[in-house]
Amino acid sequence: MAAVKIVVDVMLKPEILDPQGQAVSNALPNLGFATAGSLRIGKHVELELEADTDRAALDQATRIAETLLANPVIEDFTVRLA
Amino acid sequence: MSARIGVVTFPGSLDDRDAQRAVRLSGAEPVPLWHGDGDLHGVDAVVLPGGFSYGDYLRCGAIARFAPVMNAIVEQAAEGLPVLGICNGFQVLCESHLLPGALTRNQNLHFVNRDQRLRVDSTATLWTGGYDQGQEIVIPVKNGEGCYVADERTLDQLEAEGRIVARYVGGNPNGSARDIAGIANERGNVVGLMPHPEHAVEHLTGPGTDGLGFFTSVLKALVSA
Repeated sequence: MAAVKIVVDVMLKPEILDPQGQAVSNALPNLGFATAGSLRIGKHVELELEADTDRAALDQATRIAETLLANPVIEDFTVRLA
Repeated sequence: MSARIGVVTFPGSLDDRDAQRAVRLSGAEPVPLWHGDGDLHGVDAVVLPGGFSYGDYLRCGAIARFAPVMNAIVEQAAEGLPVLGICNGFQVLCESHLLPGALTRNQNLHFVNRDQRLRVDSTATLWTGGYDQGQEIVIPVKNGEGCYVADERTLDQLEAEGRIVARYVGGNPNGSARDIAGIANERGNVVGLMPHPEHAVEHLTGPGTDGLGFFTSVLKALVSA
């Protein structure tokens, strides 16, 4: 068993409106930046899991993501080794 | 003996006392339930109150869903236990998959707090049987993440099956799909509602008493069951 570092990124599905991202995007011109073509905000989760192999850790992280970290109704997620 | 209606307190619940008071004013006995207790103490119905359970960490209702009390509620809801989720309680019901869809950040990003006109679109639930079909009521709305979303197929299904319990009238406060303020499960025992009927049960403290009907409806349904 070894500690495996994993990253889970959670994003709202493309068809779900992201008012937070819009508000940040709308603030850009006030700061002298060009307006972003698209700006969406998600969650970045770093976790360390005890597992025999990277594969086993990734599988476990995927189950954690499906169950708790993301709501599949409105969000997509990706799981990768850190 | 009067009906016993449980009101769950999660860490971060705010409206549990108001919900208990509404239950009492409707003529039932409120029973405080604790999130860490998987025993529902034989209550006849359950209210999941508003607030910010677990600080709304991760997503509203996402962590509350895994509280021991929710395991019991999910189990008994499947057997017909009446459950009303108000605001944060509605979010918990969606996260628990007792209701379809999800509640997301208000489209205007404002936390909206005002007296809101609603139209009762389904009286076929245990919580709305006492209203008239199409009746307009005024109860407070107060949320930052009350924008109901679901895929088109789910929305069409809710419409077709008469499971949209209430809609916003005179201005949608949060961008909710099809002006949805509340929905029910297929059986009509589980209802989620974004506005707060427990804040409209007395003239002194609310815009009127239009909210009382949710509590008296379930009481009547329990008595006649």
